Amino acid sequence: MKEKLMNIVFLAAACVSIVMVVLICVFLLGSGIPTIKEIGVFDFLFGKVWRPGNDLYGILPFIVGSIYVTAGAIIVGVPIGILTAVYMAKFCKGKMYKIVKPAINLLAGIPSIVYGFFGLWVIVPIMSELFGGSGKSILTASVLLGIMILPTIINISETSIRAVPESYYEGSLALGATHERSVFKVVLPAAKSGILAGIILGIGRAIGETMALIMVAGNQKIIPDSIFDGVRTLTGNIVMEMGYATDLHREALIATAVVLFVFILIINLLFSVIKARSQKE
Amino acid sequence: MDASMNNKPKVKIRINSSLILRWLVKLAAFITVGVLASLIIYILIMGIPNLTPDLFAWKYTSDNGSVTPAIINTLIMVVLTLIMAVPIGIGSAIYMVEYAKKGNKLVKVVRITTETLSGIPSIVYGLFGYLCFCVALNLNYSLLAGALTLAIMVLPSIMRTTEEALISVPDSFREGSFGLGAGKLRTVFKVVLPSAIPGILAGVILAIGRIVGETAALIFTAGTVAKVPESVFGSGRTIAVHMYQLFNEGLSMEKGYGTGVVLLVLVLLINGLSNLVGKKLSKDK
Repeated sequence: MKEKLMNIVFLAAACVSIVMVVLICVFLLGSGIPTIKEIGVFDFLFGKVWRPGNDLYGILPFIVGSIYVTAGAIIVGVPIGILTAVYMAKFCKGKMYKIVKPAINLLAGIPSIVYGFFGLWVIVPIMSELFGGSGKSILTASVLLGIMILPTIINISETSIRAVPESYYEGSLALGATHERSVFKVVLPAAKSGILAGIILGIGRAIGETMALIMVAGNQKIIPDSIFDGVRTLTGNIVMEMGYATDLHREALIATAVVLFVFILIINLLFSVIKARSQKE
Repeated sequence: MDASMNNKPKVKIRINSSLILRWLVKLAAFITVGVLASLIIYILIMGIPNLTPDLFAWKYTSDNGSVTPAIINTLIMVVLTLIMAVPIGIGSAIYMVEYAKKGNKLVKVVRITTETLSGIPSIVYGLFGYLCFCVALNLNYSLLAGALTLAIMVLPSIMRTTEEALISVPDSFREGSFGLGAGKLRTVFKVVLPSAIPGILAGVILAIGRIVGETAALIFTAGTVAKVPESVFGSGRTIAVHMYQLFNEGLSMEKGYGTGVVLLVLVLLINGLSNLVGKKLSKDK
């Protein structure tokens, strides 16, 4: 009797996550989709002007902003991340590993608001000094975001590099290749779908990042012309205006979150497809 | 003769490229660690001189910018969230590892949903929490609404670490317990769970770190009132939200630096603790 009861209790606990995903979809989509219909799908997604006072709700500048900043973060974060992962898996002696590994865990544990202040206090003045202007720009946001996604990329890349059979590496050495050549020409290509999965997860993190970004991105509501212009992302738009928004304006912000949610679902799907493929290999 | 002449420079280039690669790899690792070190050192150097008694005054005023109420709110938030997330996370992991049969379809669905949950950005959680808990359940801005939102957020990581801890318990433990005549439930609670505790603890500590550092999910669920509420149905800001509000209100830099140190030290402590538990874990094996 007790056994049966507890079996049901555990089963119920397991179902909580399913219920939550359903609830999130119901609440967000239920509130967002009617709004998008009311504004008009095209006007909402491709409208270039966001002016709630005049009932203009175009989020194209924010979509473009999110994509620019994410792309920038990938350009900054991926090379450093992959090379660091290679270092940890193939170049690092025991002692150094004991320093680098906890450092990366810590990098993952630092709250985004702290990154935001670091960006605001350190990176923004440097950028302003180097390139003029306020220093709050796509470039600054990309650098900060690139740092923030490092742990994600490094951890997954390291795991997939370590998963490559040692015989690949030894075979390459036996053919006369140097250690570096074997690692870069044989081991890395063999680990590529795992690394790709890490990059995609990094994209997901970057596109969803909020607090650090609004502090360094400038938040201008226009489509930027250069990487030195300020930019507002989907996430930034929600946080900046949700506090005082009412009625359709508030609904439009929730609809913005729906767009973000759909982006994330697509990225998640991509991630699991590629992860499944890398596990098959 | 000719061939050897052609070969020589090639070999040289190859050695050089290896050298370059080796230095590139080291440089990347150096940048990664260097960024972390400079972040910590910068915040400590700028912040420690700003740790005045004012900053820890019992009540918050816009003059003293005290972090004490925020710290207390953070503690309440951690406890509330864990009370909800830990039992569900552990129960769910027990089902997945101990009860579900191989090839169970439900397990697959749960896996997919937890992966989905762990990929959702915190601002989306924030809006969901606002719509579901603050509006639909009529909790308004409150610590409880914030904790409910955070509980869903940390659930996947608690589940995953608990599952891993349960899986790593050797089957011989279970068989021994069954052999002595214990039932399934007794085996799970008296044999499997106790040996999985360090692993579960490591997951819980990680979750605490996430709760302490969370901002975006809390602004629109727990709100930003700068005092300790009388009950969990009142609004209150945690320390990370407090830091955001300092930025938002454009108050003094000094307060920002000081608060930054407090938050950073908290995160460092939590991280150190999780490393310690992790080390004990690998020693036990």
